[in-house]
Amino acid sequence: MKLPLSGDAALWLALVLGAAFGWLLHRGGVTNYNVIVNQFRFRDFTVLKVMFTAIIVGGVGVLALTQTGHAQFHIKPANMLGVTFGAALFGVGMVLYGYCPGTGVAAIATGSLHALVGVIGMLAGAVLYALSFAWVEPHIQKMAALGKLRLPEVTGIPDWGWFAILAAIAGVVFWLIETKTRPTGAASRQ
Amino acid sequence: MPSDPNLLCRPEAEREARGRWNPYLVGAGIGVLSWIAFAVANQPLGISTAISSAASVCALPVLGSDGVATNAYWAKFPLKWDYGMVFLLGTFLGSLASVLVSRTFQVETVPATWRERFGNAPGRRLAAAFLGGVIIMYGARLAGGCTSGHGISGSLQLAVSSWVFFLTLFAAGLVTAAVLFRDRSRGH
Repeated sequence: MKLPLSGDAALWLALVLGAAFGWLLHRGGVTNYNVIVNQFRFRDFTVLKVMFTAIIVGGVGVLALTQTGHAQFHIKPANMLGVTFGAALFGVGMVLYGYCPGTGVAAIATGSLHALVGVIGMLAGAVLYALSFAWVEPHIQKMAALGKLRLPEVTGIPDWGWFAILAAIAGVVFWLIETKTRPTGAASRQ
Repeated sequence: MPSDPNLLCRPEAEREARGRWNPYLVGAGIGVLSWIAFAVANQPLGISTAISSAASVCALPVLGSDGVATNAYWAKFPLKWDYGMVFLLGTFLGSLASVLVSRTFQVETVPATWRERFGNAPGRRLAAAFLGGVIIMYGARLAGGCTSGHGISGSLQLAVSSWVFFLTLFAAGLVTAAVLFRDRSRGH
């Protein structure tokens, strides 16, 4: 088998990986509006637990894969104006909607009508972006465009050092969450 | 309508708790999916690019096929049955499978947290969901990714853009939640 997969084999893999992702989002509870909104109210820490664990477990493995020549990085460019402005809008939209794009699509399957309406809104948002792209690209995306930067290059701290730091932060944060807050289910209700 | 919101929420809470897995285990599972995606498909996990390509279909009635074809954005990200689009379909199907297996399907228009703050009117909740959807996707395109492509896939590669995205999104979300769900019982 030649890697990476291409053609139909890659599409079948995409279906299997997508399905596993959707299954995990639902089992993790993040297809639930209350769970996501209450993360931003510090009443439910499920989102933080899922994402931070995914970043550390995923990151250590992908780093090992790239260092042994089995994978390549895909770094999104640090267009600082577009990223910060876009992320700020994203944060506002995420709390108003109560889902992010992936969890919103997955939440439709749980019976959430407002998730479905929000996905229609997302399609409208994408149309708006495409219509404004001719102006946005030169005036926002090309501003403060620093290129495909990684934290190790910018800081001089090596990859493994970063994961040690992230793991230490995660350890402390998870310990605080598990000892100082009420259990997830109960916290999500109030 | 029962006056105690907790009374109202109890069956809902039980349904939502059913079939839930440990969140750390789920996070680790998504991390392992990333290994496979990088090593076997050379594609990080991502969602929002496929949604915006799919949106070109919605623009067809307004712009016509020529208008869509000549649009600078969709020329770069045309709608095609590619890896990202199939992954998006899979995400829906996987969630559906999990919902059916755990028997947790339930039509929901106004979720509990929204109801406690804004009441039971469906129109208001649906309008907010639509508006939120518009804003979140415009932001995702501006930033070049969403919670999947930037938040998980980008952050795990230690990309500067993705960590800036993650921290900014979280800060903006905290402010928005504080404003939206501010305690009405404390003064104006």
